[in-house]
Amino acid sequence: MRYSGFRLFKEALTGHKGWAGQWRDPEPQDAYDYLIIGGGGHGLATAYYLAKEFGGARIAVLEKGWIGGGNVGRNTTIIRSNYLLDGNEPFYEFSLKLWENLEQDLNYNAMVSQRGILNLIHTDAQRDAARRRGNAMILNGSDAELLDVAGVRAMYPFLNFDNARFPIKGGLLHRRGGTVRHDAVAWGYARGADRRGVDIIQNCEVTGFRIEGGKVLGVETSRGYIGAVKVGVSVAGSSGRVMAKAGMRLPIESHVLQAFVSEGLKPIIPGVITYGAGHFYCSQSDKGGLVFGGDIDGYNSYAQRGNLPVVEDVVESGMSLIPALGRARLLRSWGGIMDMSMDGSPLIDKTHIDGLYFNGGWCYGGFKATPAAGYCFAHLLKTDRPHETAKAYRLDRFMTGHMIDEKGQGAQPNLH
Amino acid sequence: MIINHPLLGPRDAQEFTYLGDANLINRPDWQSENALQEFHDYLHLRDNPVGLHRELWFHEQGDRSWLVVTRDTTTHEITDVKLARDVARANRASEVIR
Ligand SMILES: Cc1cc2nc3c(=O)[nH]c(=O)nc-3n(C[C@H](O)[C@H](O)[C@H](O)COP(=O)(O)OP(=O)(O)OC[C@H]3O[C@@H](n4cnc5c(N)ncnc54)[C@H](O)[C@@H]3O)c2cc1C
Repeated sequence: MRYSGFRLFKEALTGHKGWAGQWRDPEPQDAYDYLIIGGGGHGLATAYYLAKEFGGARIAVLEKGWIGGGNVGRNTTIIRSNYLLDGNEPFYEFSLKLWENLEQDLNYNAMVSQRGILNLIHTDAQRDAARRRGNAMILNGSDAELLDVAGVRAMYPFLNFDNARFPIKGGLLHRRGGTVRHDAVAWGYARGADRRGVDIIQNCEVTGFRIEGGKVLGVETSRGYIGAVKVGVSVAGSSGRVMAKAGMRLPIESHVLQAFVSEGLKPIIPGVITYGAGHFYCSQSDKGGLVFGGDIDGYNSYAQRGNLPVVEDVVESGMSLIPALGRARLLRSWGGIMDMSMDGSPLIDKTHIDGLYFNGGWCYGGFKATPAAGYCFAHLLKTDRPHETAKAYRLDRFMTGHMIDEKGQGAQPNLH
Repeated sequence: MIINHPLLGPRDAQEFTYLGDANLINRPDWQSENALQEFHDYLHLRDNPVGLHRELWFHEQGDRSWLVVTRDTTTHEITDVKLARDVARANRASEVIR
């Protein structure tokens, strides 16, 4: 069913009885051409673009719980294309372009909102770095503006400009960045994929791989064996444990990242503000809640909840930047498990096992990547060649020395 | 989280910094034939287990000792804490026997 203003009007007059389910609930078939493991944003986008851009095939997405129950539904919804390095910026710019056309493409309201992202600057060195980053962004077709203090003050007069330790000296503004309704991304891609014939199979956990002679034949699941020509793994924080079932060790550790939402307030923060010095970032949801977060908890964890010391740390940072935050009540906090890769950058690659492909290591930044990661993973699955913008995301880059250390902090998860 | 330091007793985990898998104690031999591959694996690849995990914590805000902590990655329950020095010595001793 296509959504439209006319349709909404008609349903409103007829008691909303005509809305059908957004995707089917099919039984798994014996075999598929492409099996995508993981019904998060990335897995669903992969299936969607495979079906749409790369021609008809038997495709299924296997999700152990319900689609959208993982990180795609737990993140702080920020999308942006303000990366510095050559291996990254073209990819994230490609992703942002896909976001800009997503709702028309999917016929789905994902509330893509380019409300602008402001990275605050607190030192002269940070200003130099911001200028360099802004130039790199512009060279790659993205947008960036350097603001002075007056420029920041005009946008956000309530920030703590006189912080003795981290005085605000300006900001790098990326106007095309913003936020997206995260659940709707999963639902929109699921509906789009389903309409192109993809089987979305929920409550179906992959428990093992059938591999013979270095080639994958299919997967064992909680709903029986399913054969496949090609298998793409896209399981976010579970990458380590799923790939271990194929006998692989990855350059990845699982860590927890927390997010927070305040009670609903009147609109005060139109865009997204990031405060690198204090490790804090904040935006306001359309319902009025302030959505914010900070650093990872910092040790291996598969517990989908956080710990109190980080709550204290994040809220402290937030208060030092936005003193008014202290008057708002914290409504809830939660955690998601992310695969922290060794250099902080993602992996989209073939494995050494024939027919087995991997997409993961997105750390805390994979939501913005969802459309491009899906597109590039689909491209790889279909053609066996990396997409132009994802050439750097190879599994062997730690061996060959081609790490993508975007944060410039070194090759270890506890540093970034 | 409370880490039961073998010398100092129970300490808040906030006093520590985390390094990662305790296997980092077992540095490969740089003269081995496979040194390149071994160092790649040692530096970058991880078992990343669900459940019990042996890991290195540094008592940065305390006595600056390194500890090997055995912790459950699903519950954060800590079942064993040893001085990393003792673990390394025991490892070396067992190598000599072998
Ligand atoms: C608190 C928080 C804030 C974040 N903020 C941002 C942000 O502002 N901007 C940004 O760009 N990124 C952000 N991220 C990161 C981003 O959410 C993730 O990198 C990204 O969503 C991961 O991809 P995904 O959506 O496909 O993962 P998921 O939605 O986690 O999908 C993986 C799916 O695989 C399934 N699965 C696992 N194992 C199996 C199995 N054995 N069989 C079948 N299915 C399985 C899981 O159930 C899950 O549904 C944040 C993350 C967190 C936790």
